[in-house]
Amino acid sequence: MTPPLRDSLGFAGQSTGKIFGFVGGMGLLFRDSIWWMARIPFTKGSPVMRREPAFTQLARVGVSSLGIVFLVVFFVGMILALQMAYILKKFGAIEATATIVSIGMVRELSPLLTAIVMSGFVGASIAAEIGTMNVGEEILALECSALDPVRFLVVPRLFATMLMIPAVTVMANVVGIAGGWVIATQLLGMSSDLYIKKAIDALVVRDVVTGLIKVEAFAVLIGLVACYEGLSVTGGAEGGGRATTTAVVFSIVSILVTDCFFTALFYFVLKA
Amino acid sequence: MEQPIPKEVLPRDPARFAGRPAVISCKGLKKVFDGRTVLKDINLEIVDGETIVIMGGSGCGKSTFLRLLLGAYAPDGGTIHILGKDIGNADDATKDEVRKRTGILFQSGALFNSMTVGENVALPMREHTPLTEDVIEIMVKMKLELVGLRDAEHLKPSQLSGGMRKRVGLARAIALDPKILYYDEPTTGLDPITSGVINTMIMDLSKKLRVTSVVVTHDMGSAFTVADRMAMLYLGEVIQIGTPQEFLNSPDPRVQQFVYGKPDGPIPLRMSRTDYVEDLLAEDPLAKAR
Repeated sequence: MTPPLRDSLGFAGQSTGKIFGFVGGMGLLFRDSIWWMARIPFTKGSPVMRREPAFTQLARVGVSSLGIVFLVVFFVGMILALQMAYILKKFGAIEATATIVSIGMVRELSPLLTAIVMSGFVGASIAAEIGTMNVGEEILALECSALDPVRFLVVPRLFATMLMIPAVTVMANVVGIAGGWVIATQLLGMSSDLYIKKAIDALVVRDVVTGLIKVEAFAVLIGLVACYEGLSVTGGAEGGGRATTTAVVFSIVSILVTDCFFTALFYFVLKA
Repeated sequence: MEQPIPKEVLPRDPARFAGRPAVISCKGLKKVFDGRTVLKDINLEIVDGETIVIMGGSGCGKSTFLRLLLGAYAPDGGTIHILGKDIGNADDATKDEVRKRTGILFQSGALFNSMTVGENVALPMREHTPLTEDVIEIMVKMKLELVGLRDAEHLKPSQLSGGMRKRVGLARAIALDPKILYYDEPTTGLDPITSGVINTMIMDLSKKLRVTSVVVTHDMGSAFTVADRMAMLYLGEVIQIGTPQEFLNSPDPRVQQFVYGKPDGPIPLRMSRTDYVEDLLAEDPLAKAR
């Protein structure tokens, strides 16, 4: 076997091993997290998840990120309206701008953009925080105190992402449509009432539901990837920085793959 | 700052611990990382109430040994029994049972930075005891008083000095009144006075509460102050176990070099697997090294 071929095969084997290791590790972390979460309503005495850290994480994921998420979707709503107006004007169907912005936002753009912004805003911060705790031996200290780091660190963060990212997405839907409203009423000459009526009439329940199903999957991925990368940190501060970058990159890639999968599933199987 | 060996090392009476049961027992302990044997055939018994110092140079395997005792690593050979449980091959529940009866002071303190000092100390009690919040509050004050930091209860770890962090770490370690306390480099990076305070605390806890202490350090001043017995690791093996006096008078040149901090001796400064001159003269030293 020639050295270049050997190196290529070696690289391919190593990369495949890493991917399987990552997916397997994520699967185990998800299993453990769900096991702990399922116990929350049934645990008396020392609760699985204490109220204070849970609220801290809910505020961190939900409240702190509102500004940046709204800013992004508002501008994308405006951009989408302008881009669509350009072609719709040629067909004399300028009022369809409201329909396209509304459906585009609720079914696709709002869940996707919220998830991508959250990957950078929340995912990176979770990975950096847990990674720093790992480097500072805080995770080992938890284990030595007979406290499971999954229960103590992962569960509140995963719970917060699973609850708050869909909640923020619902609000982002409205803000994105509002971005289109600004353009439609101020630059395209549509009346406010017509835009709102068209935007609402265009939507059916399954548009909202499919968007929320997707964003729930994204939320699980963001929380899990960030926690997994943070818990996997080795090599001091450099390892912490690497974990933060990896968490964001892996989150975004996995969100796009999952989005593609769900969109195809809804289109071909559920006809939605 | 590391302290010198005390001018007068009080003689220890080995008979003091005679007949006491072993709380930690390692037999044929072995640990391998990436094909490199870090610990080989460690045999060590630590009896109830004694303070043993595990010492050795950087990379000798003492941190790995401590992590094996903590159950953070599984051994690749041999057994570790702690408080009667085989922690090396135990499931998580058994490990946790043992961990509730042990405490550890980490080198950095390893305090939970998102919590206050009081919350750090209260955490093990909140999680593992049925005590009410009122009782836990009193217990936290008592533990902090033991380490001289009663007034620091509401401070965050980021507001503490290195010595204070270690003392809070110690208060957290003794929160559940453990049978065994592990100390990972307890005096490293501290000023002489704080080091002295930590040493006194280690001795006080050992004598007053009859806690078994395992101190991992290379600070000879601290080691000779607190130790009832000492064990020295070199290249993953225990090369001597004995009282501080036996270490001071050891015939082993490796022990002598380490204890007195001599730059020249059988323990080399450079730990290279390949010969320096051969490396220089080789056509492709990097390839040879590989």
